[in-house]
Amino acid sequence: MRYLPLTEPDRQAMLGRIGAGSIDDLFVDVPEEARRDGLVDLPTRKGELEVERLLGALAAKNTPAGSVPFFVGGGAYKHHVPATVDHLIQRSEFLTAYTPYQPEISQGTLQYLFEFQTQVAMLTGMDVANASMYDGSTACGEAVLMAHRITRKKKAVLSGALHPHYRAVVENLSEFAGYEVDPGAPVIDGTEDIISRIDDETSCVVVQNPDFFGNVRDLRAIADAAHAKKALLIVAFTEVVSLGLITPPGEMGADIVVGEGQSIGNALNFGGPYVGLFAAKQKYVRQMPGRLCGETVDAEGKRGFVLTLSTREQHIRREKATSNICTNSGLCCLAFTIHLSLLGEEGFGRLARINHANAVKLADQLQAIDGVDVVTPTFFNEFTIRTPKNARDLIDEMADKGVLAGVRVSRLWPGENALDDLVVVASTEINTENDRAAFGAALKEVLS
Amino acid sequence: MSTVKFTEEHEWVLVEGDVATIGISNYAQEQLGDVVFVELPDVGKELAKGDEAAVVESVKAASEVYAPVSGEIVEINGVLDETPAKVNEDAQGDGWFVKMKLSDASELNELMDEAAYATFTAGLD
Amino acid sequence: MSGMNNQGRPTGVGELGEAGRKTFTGNRGLAQEELLIFERDSGACGVDFDEPEAFEDRLGGNRRSTPVGLPGLSEPDVMRHYVRLSQKNYAIDAGLYPLGSCTMKHNPRLNEKIARLPGFADVHPLQPTKTTQGALELIELVAHWLKVLTGMPAVAMSPKAGAHGELCGMMAIHAALEARGEGKTRTRVLVPESAHGTNPATAALLGYKVDSIPATEDGRVDVAAFKEKLGPDVAAIMLTNPNTCGLFEKDIKEIADALHAVGGYFYCDGANFNAIVGRVRPGDLGVDAMHINLHKTFSTPHGGGGPGAGPVVLSDALAPFAPLPWIVERNGRLKFAEVPEQVEEVGGKAFGRMTAFHGQMGMFVRAAAYMMSHGSDGLRQAAEDAVLSANYVLASLKDTMSAPFEGPCMHEALFDDRFLKDTGVETLDFAKAMIDEGYHPMTMYFPLVVHGAMLVEPTESESKASLDLFIDTLADLAKSAKQGDVDRFSGAPYLAPMRRLDETQAARKPILTWSPPAPAQAAE
Repeated sequence: MRYLPLTEPDRQAMLGRIGAGSIDDLFVDVPEEARRDGLVDLPTRKGELEVERLLGALAAKNTPAGSVPFFVGGGAYKHHVPATVDHLIQRSEFLTAYTPYQPEISQGTLQYLFEFQTQVAMLTGMDVANASMYDGSTACGEAVLMAHRITRKKKAVLSGALHPHYRAVVENLSEFAGYEVDPGAPVIDGTEDIISRIDDETSCVVVQNPDFFGNVRDLRAIADAAHAKKALLIVAFTEVVSLGLITPPGEMGADIVVGEGQSIGNALNFGGPYVGLFAAKQKYVRQMPGRLCGETVDAEGKRGFVLTLSTREQHIRREKATSNICTNSGLCCLAFTIHLSLLGEEGFGRLARINHANAVKLADQLQAIDGVDVVTPTFFNEFTIRTPKNARDLIDEMADKGVLAGVRVSRLWPGENALDDLVVVASTEINTENDRAAFGAALKEVLS
Repeated sequence: MSTVKFTEEHEWVLVEGDVATIGISNYAQEQLGDVVFVELPDVGKELAKGDEAAVVESVKAASEVYAPVSGEIVEINGVLDETPAKVNEDAQGDGWFVKMKLSDASELNELMDEAAYATFTAGLD
Repeated sequence: MSGMNNQGRPTGVGELGEAGRKTFTGNRGLAQEELLIFERDSGACGVDFDEPEAFEDRLGGNRRSTPVGLPGLSEPDVMRHYVRLSQKNYAIDAGLYPLGSCTMKHNPRLNEKIARLPGFADVHPLQPTKTTQGALELIELVAHWLKVLTGMPAVAMSPKAGAHGELCGMMAIHAALEARGEGKTRTRVLVPESAHGTNPATAALLGYKVDSIPATEDGRVDVAAFKEKLGPDVAAIMLTNPNTCGLFEKDIKEIADALHAVGGYFYCDGANFNAIVGRVRPGDLGVDAMHINLHKTFSTPHGGGGPGAGPVVLSDALAPFAPLPWIVERNGRLKFAEVPEQVEEVGGKAFGRMTAFHGQMGMFVRAAAYMMSHGSDGLRQAAEDAVLSANYVLASLKDTMSAPFEGPCMHEALFDDRFLKDTGVETLDFAKAMIDEGYHPMTMYFPLVVHGAMLVEPTESESKASLDLFIDTLADLAKSAKQGDVDRFSGAPYLAPMRRLDETQAARKPILTWSPPAPAQAAE
């Protein structure tokens, strides 16, 4: 088998040194009744060509986003990733390297993690960021637990416009230790009043900006209200490119910022792997989950980087750890940082402006269609429309016409009839005039 | 005359009047290696003997520090925030952790004196 | 003679100068220094976009007014920066990683190629499922392989990493106990002393009290002590098998039966599943839930720390509680059951959701390519070769070094620091000297049950020649240490891109981000 270097003579020689008659002698501790002599009921080995054919056939049954006019967002976004990114992350020394626990031979990984942390802190306007989490939703869950540790209170007040998956992750983690979650009701036009729900029991307030429906808000008043009740403001985002054009949470009083970094450097990948971003104020750094990379010097005084503040983590604190996390998003984190390095200040700002401009064009075009209403007065690259048609049918029929039109809100909020006619539409730099024209034409047909 | 007492968990207590200064022993700081951070309780906190009073962290380890006696925290050593290395430099002096107002001085009788603690640590590892 | 080239240059090596000379750049031949990207800011841009035409924004007055502060570089400069960084990393493709518990096996590039097919890489998790049937089928394919290999009836695919999978498995157990009305009474989780730190961390996160089970002298769970700890308040045991000492828990069935008899559940940490794939099925050992690290057993790349994937196989008792989403079939098509009501329709009661969307698809694709390439026969052979290699290392070194447990071991060999006694060399120094020899150190100081532990897992990806060189090197290091050659160890590594780093300073005065340097003072 092409991945196995040992030959039969090798195996015999090795057994000889060990003093075993056969490989079965090495499995002697397995209880009799659990030993399996034959092969399990699965196909036997295949060469590369056959594997490519079989898996290629499965891939061919899917509609890639790049092959049709594409407007699906709702927490993951299609952006163009430069060829350099994918090339670099496939270098052996990045792809097949281990976690940098031996810093002397892992400076490549450690330096890019340090750069990544700095970039995330800059984007979010916060003091310090970690070396990534699994994704935005789990980062959000961890942020709530961190807030409970810091405030020693147990109630999380969530915006009703928080991505429902993020809310579900928070609720799941809060099933334990007597934590409480006030989930809020969905408000689609950005006028949600969350301040009146903050009380003395509140540990943290979680707000998404831009919110699930697209609304962009000034969060300063919410920050002040939370702080007045000795609660923390956690700001979440699902579209990191928005930070190139909207006020970052750090400038609005956020204590912890979490979000999804997938938009930069990472493909859609049908939901994963993604990259969770996590940033906080300096004073909370010891309560942060996840890996942290810090600057130091070596025995010759040369600047270098190491994983640090490890005593927060599971391999040291065990049951007293800040979380049970072991991995970060490694390669996805590298893809993010490379892409952001290519973009730079000028490119990142321009990318954000292009995204917003495209969304504005599309929104105006759709608003002009009879019966269609853009219900989010503010947005970045994603907005919500209401039509006379049931959204489930609308998405379905648009797909039949070759347009992937967006996410129907009812998919994530089932059972809320008031939301049945709403679709969240995303538009990034990949959308062309033709895409917009195709959307408009298909929508008109579907609504007629 | 020394009224320093020690626990088997390597904490020391030095009593003056009804206030006890508490820290970790020199033996303990040697075992821990370079101390990087000390997490101290809030002033005013009530602790029973054996309760977790503090956490001392080195690069690769974190150890709980237990209250050798019961009482109320009246002062914490602010120096350790900036200079955790003090614990290594002078564990049984300037590297103290907290001062407590004792609630039950008789608990001190259960602890080892300096000589007994020296014998105890000599017998370890 | 004609046609002689009298432009000849000397071709002998003559007298070579000292190799330790200083250079102007600080570079040393191919070993190049590289600044932080922020220090390489040239104001250039590595992408080409046209500025959009002027338009009125819809940002509600929330337009960013402060710069982000990112550096600007051209594409060639970005390429150089990262290529130079990569050259400072050790990697599986470059050498053996004897890391016990991590399973640093070969990462096939076929996996990468397949994962990048647009039909897998360029599909959105929320596209209408009729446009992603192939993706759903792939997830079901991997799920099927995992169920057959483990002998378990169900699998939760969404956890994003091994530790996340542990959380999932324990949450399923918690939900099952709640459903039985015993959520409040079962508060204790039993965990062996030798367990990986994620185990007690996970249990504590869920509010359980962690009760440690001691090991016997032969490195396995003390069954008698375990039984004594059993009671009606025990929710579960978290056991690793093979265990973290690299040994198969021979009493595992007895342990499972005793636990089930008092109504507890058996969580198995599957980090070492690679030792028994194709030969033993955890389902036959009484396991109720087991996470599988796809980045260990199934070769998905470690990527410098991630991403991982940790699907969790579940017994019949736990299957109904698997988290959202489930994949279900309706009218010949696969769909997601992604809200509680949809799962209830098929008889389940999901405990909740672990993550947005549905899991690490990119890692499923890679694992699928690996599984299909090996097949049932190749997977079994891989497990056998892994076990064979570890035993070869153990047999070859147990007299030169010191091993706490008599063989045979499974896929990893455990050594301790007794052979270094009185040499002045610690486990850490021994490991750092390996770096100078061109090896990444083995796992050190884990498991905690043995002093100065060194856990070696060669994996099935090493040739015999590679194993022999590794063995000879460790033997040479051991001999050196015993001969008192402390210098070789105390300052090691001498030859790596960096010397030992000051981790104390990093922890005392954490510098976690780059800051622009203060403006230069006027010259005196």
